[in-house]
Order: sequence, then C-alpha cells, then structure tokens
Amino acid sequence: MTSVRQTAAPGAPPVRDLARLRAEFPILATTVHGKPLVYLDNAATSQKPRAVIERLERYYATENANVHRGVYELSEHATAEYESAREKARAFLNAAATQEIVFVRGTTEGINLVASSWGRPRLQPGDEVLVSAMEHHSNIVPWQLVCEERGAVLRVIPMNRRGELLLDDYARLLSDRTRIVAVAHVSNSLGTINPVADIVRLAHARGVPVLVDGAQAAPHLKIDVRELGADFYTVSGHKMFGPTGIGVLYGKAEWLETMPPYQGGGDMIKAVTFAKTTYADLPAKFEAGTPHIAGAIGLGAAIDYLGSLDWPTVAAHERDLLAYATARLRDIPGVQLVGTAAHKAGVVSFVVGGVHAHDVGTIVDQEGVAIRTGHHCTQPVMDFFGVPATARASFAFYNTRADVDALVSALAKVRKVFS
Amino acid sequence: MADLSDLYQQLIIEHNRSPRNFKKLSHPSRAAEGSNPLCGDQIRLEVELDGDRITDIGFQGSGCAISQAAASLLTGAVLGKSRPEAEALFQEVHTMLTSPPGAAVDTARLGKLAALAGVRRFPVRVKCASLSWHTLHAALQAAAEPVTTE
Repeated sequence: MTSVRQTAAPGAPPVRDLARLRAEFPILATTVHGKPLVYLDNAATSQKPRAVIERLERYYATENANVHRGVYELSEHATAEYESAREKARAFLNAAATQEIVFVRGTTEGINLVASSWGRPRLQPGDEVLVSAMEHHSNIVPWQLVCEERGAVLRVIPMNRRGELLLDDYARLLSDRTRIVAVAHVSNSLGTINPVADIVRLAHARGVPVLVDGAQAAPHLKIDVRELGADFYTVSGHKMFGPTGIGVLYGKAEWLETMPPYQGGGDMIKAVTFAKTTYADLPAKFEAGTPHIAGAIGLGAAIDYLGSLDWPTVAAHERDLLAYATARLRDIPGVQLVGTAAHKAGVVSFVVGGVHAHDVGTIVDQEGVAIRTGHHCTQPVMDFFGVPATARASFAFYNTRADVDALVSALAKVRKVFS
Repeated sequence: MADLSDLYQQLIIEHNRSPRNFKKLSHPSRAAEGSNPLCGDQIRLEVELDGDRITDIGFQGSGCAISQAAASLLTGAVLGKSRPEAEALFQEVHTMLTSPPGAAVDTARLGKLAALAGVRRFPVRVKCASLSWHTLHAALQAAAEPVTTE
C-alpha cells in the first residue's frame, strides 16, 4: 500500500481518544447482519451523541409545554429553553442577532421559505436565478417552482470534470437580470467545498444577494455567516448530530423584515381581525404554529456537543480520513472516483466498473457497511459525469481508518460476486 | 441473515453479463418504458405480436444487475407465448416476488424465473426484479404512460 503512505497523512492523527468519542454515540456499538455497524452515510444523516438523545428525553419527561403562550412556570421554562437554542444557533453561525435565526424543518424548508417569501414578490418575467451545476434537488426545484410562476429563468453555474465550479463563467453569468444566487457550501454528492466567500463577493458587487445551502458544511466546517457575507444560510439539524425535523434559516434582518410570512397561523401574529392581521416581529413572523420545540432544544444540545470538540484536531482527522479513503479506493482496480476537487469535505463518491451502485450497496451492507447508493438527489450531477448512480462514503469525525478498511474489504466481495 | 448468493445467483450474474434479446425491434407492435427512480433503473421493452402471440421481444436499458437480468430472463420466458399466457406468468412472478422469503416457489411452472426468488430477502430490491414485468404488462395493455415502480 505504498500509494497510501504517499497520499495520506503519516500515521493516524492524535484524535482525542477516538474510542471514548465513539462511545458517546450508542448506535456505533450496534451490529448489522451480525457485523459491527460501519456507518459511512453521514452526508445523508449523522448519528446522535448520547447528549442529544438524553436532552430530548429530558425535555419530554420533565419540561414539555407549549412555547410563547402559557403564563405558567412549565411553559415559561420551555420557552426559555427554546429561545436559548436559538441563541446557540446564532452563535454557531455567528449571526448578528437572534432575530435573524428562524427555526425551520430543515434546509429544504429554509430554501423553500426564501424562494417563496423572497422570490415570489420580487421576481419579474425575464429575471434570472443562478444556481450551480452541483446543487441538491432541494436547491433547484424550489427555484424552478417560483421561476415558472413568475416567468423568471433558472441559470446554471457550470463545473469542471473534477467537480469544481467555474468562477469565470459564474462572473459572466452575473448580469443585470440576476436577482439571486443560490449555491451549496459543500456538495453532498461530490464533497466539493465551494468558494462561497468569493461567490458572495462577486454577487454583491452587482447588488445580488446570495443564499447558501449549508446542509453539508455544518458538520465539517466552522461557519461564519458574517465573514462569508451570505444573505441567507440554511442548515439541517440531523446532518449535524441533532434531531431530524429541525433546521435553521439565517437571513439578514434587512431582508427578513421586507419579506411576507411563509405560512400563516398562530405565533406569527401581533393582532388578528377578520379585516386585517398584523404580523409578529422577527423571527416569530416566520414560525407559524407550534414549532418543533424538542427538536430545537435537541439541536441546541448538538451545537453544545460540537462546541465541546477540539476542532483543529477534528478537522485534521477528517482530512486524514478523506485522504486515506481516496488513496485506498484509488488502489482498487475498476474503481473510479467521481468528484476530485482540490478542496473537499469528507465525501467520496465512486463507481465500480461494470457494477451498478445498488448492487454495490446491497453487497457491502451484508458486511455491515452502510453507504449511500443512487443519485443522491443530484441527478444533474450524475448526468454531467455520465453515470446513472454512484456509491458514496461520507465521513464524520467518529469514523476511523478501520471503517475505511472495512469498506475496502467489502468492495472486494463485490468483485467476487461479479467475477 | 440473508445470503448474498440467494440474490446474486449464477444465472442472474450470467444474464446481467450477457443479456438475451438486448435489442431494438424494427417493427414493434407494442412498446413501453419503465423506470425505477430510486435506483435509476430504466428499461424499454418492445414486443412484436402476431395476432395474440409474442413472436419477437427486445429490451434496452440500464440499471442494476437484478433489473437487467430480470429483463433478460423475462424475454426468454414470454417469447412465443400468447398475451394471456404472458399475463398469467406476470401474475405468477408478481406473486412469487411479493410472497414471504422461504415460501414455496413453483419451479416447474416458473423455470429459470425462480432464480429471482432470492430477491425476497432483500425487500428494497424487489422493485428491481419486478420493473421489467410491470413494463411488459404495460406494453401488453398498451398503456400510454411510462410505468414506474415508485
């Protein structure tokens, strides 16, 4: 394995007691088909540390009440915990104020909210919305819906064969007709880390706001929405070790102030008569109905958990995993990597020559290895690379080189079945 | 634990590698397209009918080994059969694929198609095996819309 030594960092980095860290994730001790679970589908959803699981249980067991309503102690406490989770999310994204933090179901809802409340009132026939060639369907379809309704046009920032956006083409695509740019911070199917700060700078030079899909960035990168300059930034709790069904939309207050509500209902109003309703202030204006209180509090616990990690070490470990996996997969005859950008997060997409990704997925599953196979909700990316589907291993900080070795051994079984 | 060799039987592997009747017909009487969006399996099935009898059949497409082998096996099984006979076989295959793992399989009636029975232990892969059969059903019913197993 000389190529491994050449490509990967020498030796395993000094991760702070990886065994102890893994022990904080109960599911990592379970088995699948009688084999220890090797979980390499973190880009689909991440596993949950005990701190998050226990926080959810504690909320439901001892703190459950509706928020922003009751004058009784229990409701006041639930409200305080819910709002404290908002403050944690603000700090996590380094937003200026909690008014700019809207709880949503996830990144998909965050994007739909912006496409609907920002896009619908503003887009005119012939206006252009710019997305990139590597967007998840959730950052394509909401814009197509609003473009179709308003007669606007969706334009696409192209990429090269490595899976890197072509910034010169992007700069040329920005025009007087461009109304908004919507791009992924990190590609879910290719792992590419996009130069979001540059993308924002070029757009702002023409007065165009930018929405960043941060779903895949949140579990890997330090995010600073003010440093990036993003107008909107949205993440999913379940991809960053928190619960499903909860996410965050950050929006600059000056935009959120001017946008109509996304949904109507309780909690988002100041006063309602049959003649007229006045809306609540930010962020309540965008949180109609009883929110996912437990989810938000659980997400707060996940943010606390992330804050307890030593990030330079985590980042070095993730870089090592990516380099090691890349080198080991490249060593397997017939395996081809899809997405080889210079700047990547822990995602390795690949195809096995002559074998469909779903056959790969079924066979490695029998070895306890969980990877994603399919189009990863990025059909345009699959079309671009001329493949129907890929297999994708995606890492979190709790993965190990041994997990990569298990994947490589399982892939040998694929070769055997199809020999 | 499900055994991989149940799913990837030698016959399946062999039909995936060298699919039978993988061709386009010059004058198809009926054709239908099917897709399995989850996997990205796609198939186009063309049938030439002489009265009620299937005198030629061809498929084109791409997808996982199960979907391709199943389509190949299908073409061999229904060639020369009448429409009602082919529809009856569709029902039998459907029954087999949706029966619990381990349930008896009428190998005398199903012949090589019994090789698909192993898919029952892999519930997410059943659609891969049934796609071509649903597509055949659509072609014989002359359904206008592409079928999907989603």
